[in-house]
Amino acid sequence: MKRTFIPLAIFVVLVVFLWIGLTLNPREIPSPLIGKSAPAFKLVQLHETNKVIAPEHLRGKVWLLNVWASWCATCLQEHPLLVELARQNIVPIYGLNYKDQRAAGMAWLQQHGNPYILSAYDLDGRVGIDYGVYGVPETFVIDKAGIIRHKVIGAITLEIVEDKLLPLIKELNNG
Amino acid sequence: MVKELLLSLLLVISIPFAQAGEAAPTSDDLVLEKKVMAVSENLRCLVCQNQTIADSNAELAVDLRNQVREKLKAGQSEEDILKYMVARYGDFVLFKPQMKSSTWLLWFGPLIMLLGGVWILIVNLRQRRKLQLQAHVLSAEEHERAEILLSDTIKKSDVPENTAQKNIAQKNTKEQS
Repeated sequence: MKRTFIPLAIFVVLVVFLWIGLTLNPREIPSPLIGKSAPAFKLVQLHETNKVIAPEHLRGKVWLLNVWASWCATCLQEHPLLVELARQNIVPIYGLNYKDQRAAGMAWLQQHGNPYILSAYDLDGRVGIDYGVYGVPETFVIDKAGIIRHKVIGAITLEIVEDKLLPLIKELNNG
Repeated sequence: MVKELLLSLLLVISIPFAQAGEAAPTSDDLVLEKKVMAVSENLRCLVCQNQTIADSNAELAVDLRNQVREKLKAGQSEEDILKYMVARYGDFVLFKPQMKSSTWLLWFGPLIMLLGGVWILIVNLRQRRKLQLQAHVLSAEEHERAEILLSDTIKKSDVPENTAQKNIAQKNTKEQS
C-alpha cells in the first residue's frame, strides 16, 4: 500500500515545482543593485546640452529613473502611464535616454508627451551598463538617500503602478 | 526524391557554418581579441540568455564585449572584470555558476540524487535476497514429493519440447519463403 503512494508523491512534488516554474518570468533577473546606492554618473541633458545631470543632485527626494529610447517599442506601451503619473505630480520622473539619437529622442517626446523633468543623454550606453540595464524600458525607484529600492524590467503596467510603485513611493516619502 | 535528399544533405552540411557566426573582432590585436573572447565566454548575454556574450551579436553583448576589451587594455584581470559584471547584473551573468552556499544544491544535487538512487537499489536488492533466503525450507516429505513431481515433468517434457521445435522449424521455413 505504502509503495503505491511513492510514485504519486513524486508526481505531486514534480507538479508543484513545475507549477512554480510556470509562474516565474525567466527574463526577470534579480538586480544586485537593489538596496545599494544608485551608481553615480554625470551626463549631459537631452534637451539642454550645456547642462549636466547627476543623481547626487536629487538627494533628499524620492524619484523614478526611467530608461527609455525612441527606438524602443515597449517604451511606447508604458509611456501613457508615465505621462499620467507626471501629470498627477505623484513622483518626479527622470529619464535616461539610452543609446538614442538626440534628435530622434526629442522628437519622440514631442510626439508622445514628455513625462520627464529632464532626461539624461546616454549615447554609448555606459551608464546603462552601470545600472545593469539589459532590456529597455527599465524603471528604478530611488529613495531620499540615493538608494535603489526597486527595479521594474520591461514596461510598467497599471497593476505594477498601483500594487508596487505607489505604495512604495508613499512609504519612502513618509520615511 | 533524390533532389530532396540532396537538398537536406546540403542543409545538414551547412549547419556547422551557420553556427560559426561569432562576431568579428574589431581590433587588430589578435592576442587581446583572444583574451576578450575568452573572458566573454564566461559571461551570459542577458538579452539572449542561453548564449555567452562571445557568441551573441545582440547590441548589449557588443557593448559588454567592448567594456571587457577596454578593461583588459587597462590591465584588469579576468577576475576583476567578472566582479564588475556581477556587481551590475548579478550572479546570473556568470555562465558557470559560482560555488557558494546558495548553489550547493545546483552543484551537488545530481550527485545526491544518484547516491539516493544507488541506496534505494541496494536496499531493494538486499530485501529481495533476504526474502529468497527466508523462502520456505522444505521438509523431508515435501522434498520427496517435489522430486517426484520434477522427475515426472522431465519425462513428460520430451513431448512438448519436440512440438516446440517443430513449431520453430515451421516458422523458419515460412519466413524464408
